[in-house]
Amino acid sequence: MEKFELGEDARLLRPIERTGRAFWISAAILLSIVAWGVFAYLSQLRRGLSVTGLNVPVYWGLYITNFVFFIGISHAGTLISAILRLAHAEWRRSITRSAEVITVLVLFFGMGCVILDLGRPDRVLHVLRHGNFTSPLLWDVTSIATYLTASTIYLYLPLIPDIAILRDNFPGRKWLYRTLALGWTGTSRQQRLLDRAIAAMAVIVIPIAISVHTVVSWVFAMTVQPMWHSTIFGPYFVVGAIFSGIAAILIAMAIIRKAYHLEAYLKPVHFNNLGLLLLVMTLLWFYFTFAEFLTTYYGGEPSHMVIFLSKTQGRFSPLFWTMIVTCFVVPFAMLANNRTRGTVWGTVTAAVSVQIGMWLERFLIVVPSLSNPRLPLTAATYTPSWVEWSLMAAFVAAFIFLYAVFTKLFPIVSIWEIHEGRERSLEEVSARVQSYLPAPAGVEHE
Amino acid sequence: MPRWGMVIDLDRCTACQACVVACQVENNVAPAGPELAERGRAISWLRLVPFQGGEHGTRPELRLVPLPCMHCERPPCTRVCPVKATLIDREGLVAQVYPRCIGCRYCTTACPYTVRHFNWDRPQWPRPMEDSLSPDVSVRPNGVVEKCTFCHHRLQRARDQARAEGRPLREGDYVPACVQTCPAEAMVFGDLDDPRSAVARLSQGPRAFRLLEELGTRPKVVYLSKGEWGGEV
Repeated sequence: MEKFELGEDARLLRPIERTGRAFWISAAILLSIVAWGVFAYLSQLRRGLSVTGLNVPVYWGLYITNFVFFIGISHAGTLISAILRLAHAEWRRSITRSAEVITVLVLFFGMGCVILDLGRPDRVLHVLRHGNFTSPLLWDVTSIATYLTASTIYLYLPLIPDIAILRDNFPGRKWLYRTLALGWTGTSRQQRLLDRAIAAMAVIVIPIAISVHTVVSWVFAMTVQPMWHSTIFGPYFVVGAIFSGIAAILIAMAIIRKAYHLEAYLKPVHFNNLGLLLLVMTLLWFYFTFAEFLTTYYGGEPSHMVIFLSKTQGRFSPLFWTMIVTCFVVPFAMLANNRTRGTVWGTVTAAVSVQIGMWLERFLIVVPSLSNPRLPLTAATYTPSWVEWSLMAAFVAAFIFLYAVFTKLFPIVSIWEIHEGRERSLEEVSARVQSYLPAPAGVEHE
Repeated sequence: MPRWGMVIDLDRCTACQACVVACQVENNVAPAGPELAERGRAISWLRLVPFQGGEHGTRPELRLVPLPCMHCERPPCTRVCPVKATLIDREGLVAQVYPRCIGCRYCTTACPYTVRHFNWDRPQWPRPMEDSLSPDVSVRPNGVVEKCTFCHHRLQRARDQARAEGRPLREGDYVPACVQTCPAEAMVFGDLDDPRSAVARLSQGPRAFRLLEELGTRPKVVYLSKGEWGGEV
């Protein structure tokens, strides 16, 4: 087996070869935010959840909001990449890896949020030892653990040929890459097995991914609390998750493109195509939100209306209307217009807006329903404390840091898949298109 | 097995809060103080909530309603607990197992009555009170959920007493502290399945109703009142 010819794709290894000042400075900033978060968590460990802004009846706040938010973002990678692979979308080749890494990393932070929220984190293993399967929280544990396993495999499989390239090019880190490459030499038998495994995983991860955000929504929907107890919550959450997931990929792509000068691989067409998907999700999100709110309003049940009004006109209305603007108005305006969608800044503006809006959406699901219980209480208002904000910042910083570390160890754009695209797909695609058309006169059908 | 239930006669209740104080003392619930209460951190297993009441056609009046745990027969809280730390025990009471609770507060959010409480802090008592805690009730650690137990330690004691005397449990052997204390005798406790008991008779009377029973929770706390009901303040 001769050495894999990198050719012009050698530049994809450059982030691994060389690490510039900008990386170290960003890493230092990110790690100091993480250190601050550790300090905040130590104070929570010492004094319990009294350091949060939570109270009776707002028992859940920022931690649970972030849990739903992070798990939502995890739908970026695996799901989008699986769908694009199965659809033979050729433009996927340079973006699948960066998407899949988001999934695997962010899942840890999603689960971490739940542990932050526990009054007794020392007893977290009770969930395994005394698990109660009538609890939607246990459905979450099961589903998320399955998803984490499946998406780790799904990230790893297409990495193997690239790790072999690294093994052959970086003798200094051979100990790492040789183990992970699993003896890959690129024989046609290996390639065939790998293609089959990737195709199988792409099919398997889709239902798992959908189950994950469905059961996350069921944590809320299975209770009888007003504006949680809704049958559309499952699909509504899945749509929101894919929505924020695509936005996350766009932001990651823009940063990678700029930081590692990969303009040749992450082209405006990639942003345009993902932008189109984001536009579809914008409309779907609006449709679901509209259906949910209209049904509540028209039914007019008093206990539901209290929450409806607190969102649309009351205490939470500034957040609610910001959500409508950032989740719908801004992305719709940016993405429906060919001129802005065709540009990197246009789609990224929409993506950042969607991230803000979707975080607000999660906050507005968790907090207002709890703030207005069915029976009258001397209501306390919930204001997140510095500990909660610090831990949120630390989680985001830690996620970005680990993502950056990944780009320093493995190529963030799949080298062999780009190569394969160049070598094989051009013919394949033209053959495929040919097969759609009526055969030229005189040629028999097979 | 008896079906333990409570009847609260709102036409007799004077909202004196003696039940609230009796409950705090009996169950070692630490007093919160104004600062924690202001932050919504006060724990009280039994509290008075304001409702709008009054007979039809008359001026609406403010009613303060004592609200303990309803000990539902279909409790929304026990099902959602991920670790079986809250469950319906052998006596039909909704119990909380403090050493198992992981403090996720799913039960507190699932309870439509908001009668479950979380220990945000380690409980603290002013100096002399610490020496007079009840030995029958465990002090809850930081980070777990707690709630009204219908004073089930009293049930254990009553059962032991009856067994020692070689007789079955009689009505009145077991009553929670709030019921025992009520000076207006507005609270009655007993076996809802025993047709001769006061609670069974009262809970089937024309004044009887249950809170949020439309949710299908089948509460075992029954309220009595004349006139219109349900208007929230």
